[in-house]
Amino acid sequence: MSLKEKLQSSYLAFEDHLQADSPLHDVRNKAMKSFETKGFPSKKEEAWKYTSLNALLNKEYSIFPKNDTAIEFKDVKKYFLNDIDTYKVVFIDGVYSSFLSQITHDVIDVCLMSSALNKSKYSSIIETYFNKAANSDSLTCLNTAFAKEGAYIRIAKHKEAQKPIEIINFATGTEAATMLQPRNLIIVEENAHVQIIERHQSLNDNEVLTNSVTEIFLEKRANVDYYKIQNDTQNASLIDSTFIQQQRESICSVHTFSFGGKLTRNNLNFKQLGEHCDSILNGVTMIEDKQHVDHNTLVHHIAENCESHQDYKGIFDDSATGVFNGKVYVEKQAQKLDAFQKNNNILISNKATINAKPQLEIFADDVKCSHGCTIGQLDQEALFYLRSRGIAKKEARALLMYAFANTVLEGVKIPELKGRINKLIANKIGVNLGFDL
Amino acid sequence: MLQIKNVYASVEEKDILKGISLSVNAGEVHAIMGPNGAGKSTLASIIAGKEEFELTKGHITIDGEDITELDAEERAHKGVFLSFQYPVEIPGVSVTNFIKTAINENRKAKGLKDMPASEMLKKIKEKADLLEIDRKFLSRSLNVGFSGGEKKRNEIFQMAMLEPKLAILDETDSGLDIDALKVVANGVNKLKNKDNAVIVITHYQRLLDYIVPDFVHVIMDGKIVKSGTKQLAYELEEKGYDWIKEELV
Repeated sequence: MSLKEKLQSSYLAFEDHLQADSPLHDVRNKAMKSFETKGFPSKKEEAWKYTSLNALLNKEYSIFPKNDTAIEFKDVKKYFLNDIDTYKVVFIDGVYSSFLSQITHDVIDVCLMSSALNKSKYSSIIETYFNKAANSDSLTCLNTAFAKEGAYIRIAKHKEAQKPIEIINFATGTEAATMLQPRNLIIVEENAHVQIIERHQSLNDNEVLTNSVTEIFLEKRANVDYYKIQNDTQNASLIDSTFIQQQRESICSVHTFSFGGKLTRNNLNFKQLGEHCDSILNGVTMIEDKQHVDHNTLVHHIAENCESHQDYKGIFDDSATGVFNGKVYVEKQAQKLDAFQKNNNILISNKATINAKPQLEIFADDVKCSHGCTIGQLDQEALFYLRSRGIAKKEARALLMYAFANTVLEGVKIPELKGRINKLIANKIGVNLGFDL
Repeated sequence: MLQIKNVYASVEEKDILKGISLSVNAGEVHAIMGPNGAGKSTLASIIAGKEEFELTKGHITIDGEDITELDAEERAHKGVFLSFQYPVEIPGVSVTNFIKTAINENRKAKGLKDMPASEMLKKIKEKADLLEIDRKFLSRSLNVGFSGGEKKRNEIFQMAMLEPKLAILDETDSGLDIDALKVVANGVNKLKNKDNAVIVITHYQRLLDYIVPDFVHVIMDGKIVKSGTKQLAYELEEKGYDWIKEELV
């Protein structure tokens, strides 16, 4: 049985437990139908030209993994941001772990998607927001059909989440192969602020395929800083689709740190619906072996006087492959726009590959749009300069890599998180420079 | 201290140095002059251990130890310092962090622990004052957006921090106005002592008014064709290089 067939029959079983004739059920049915029609994306599609899912689709995934595996906090402590207090929404194999979580309903809602989907008091919210920002890509549809758990966050008007929120999805690897489909919904109301850190983490080397979808709604003057830490094990793959809708004067930044995993695909979609929005998309990719990271970004400018800034840095070693496919789409009425896109790559080894494809589609005539893309090696003259000062080759290379990634790192607004990312980079390169950038 | 014995060197199979011998003792200042393309910067690079330059014949020793096979960082650990003609810009790494890293890497190579933070800070302050460097300057990204003068001053600041045995100043005067030149020269003079040595590579006699050499050597076509005292530099300033060529014929 193919994975698609397995998913189809699993859906029928899943459906039995759902409330029939609800609007939500209709949304699921429609999404499932759409997935059935389109199937998994193939390399024939332009957006998937450089990323093949074939190797992932022939595994025998468990669609509804058993969830009787206990995790001790001490074993997973290192994946949390321990230096500061945070809200935590933690899932183990797709199931909420109250033991590891710290949620709240006090002024702000930091809780569960299952509650939002099932409790009647949330039904109007679900009707208003659920699947309203998401597009109809087949994998997003698949997630919508199966959506049952994830984080539900709502920050009320003029409120600020006092602590960052960590959303962590652990995969225990109890089964030989697991498929997970978390679904997050984040609503940030007028003038509200929140910082969120998202992580998907496997705890062993068994196969995991995560198809995650997150919808984020920013009302007027809302402010969101979102950080994605992707540093997973060698057989963990992630397809992460994030859909962001911004109303006027809102600011949203998404930083994606892709440091490991078998295959990582980031679909990051911004839609600016009101004037004076700012969208910031930053990423550092640092991978080796045969790892693959694909950034597919879209910023859809609909309103006037908006800005978007993209800065993606990639360092590829061994036979690692990277893709940057960044699209800025400017509607006719989106005048006085300032859109900027930058993608710089360093190939450390002769076997590493990057496919970079910046795209600008502009229908307005009074806008400032620019993009730049570079692919190169570490600067030999700079390397000699550092070495001539007594800095050993390995450290000198590390210093140059740090320096290269720095423009993205300095955008991280949580100092403890920045420190953590610095350490991850230092570990990756295998040196300790004794200072944080 | 430094012995260069009959060194031949090439870059991309082009012969640049064609049998250079030079002996520099502790406490001495040597000036190396010569027309463009004579091999002055190549000589500096080959002493500092730049990989693109291939030493095809001869030996370089520091205090009797052959350094020809050593990497650039190992030569630095032995006390060789090169002030770059074109210092490289490194965005994201501050002057302070860079010099801290360099000092501690040198200490690590000698089996020493990191320099205590307070001592480091004191030293940075002292050397920055010596070169009239503004504190704000130290937190800027290394060489990024620096003026020509700032870059060169920063090179000498690094030299002051690292306290090398042998400092090679490659065209340190280029791009400097007279005031900056005086500050840089003054810094070098204060760092000079009986245990270290300086090689000054320059086109012009101007710098040598401030950093007074004990010996002046003229390189032409990859060879040292004439050596003398400071007087030689004045002659070159006055008459150019042609008379030496004629003398050679």
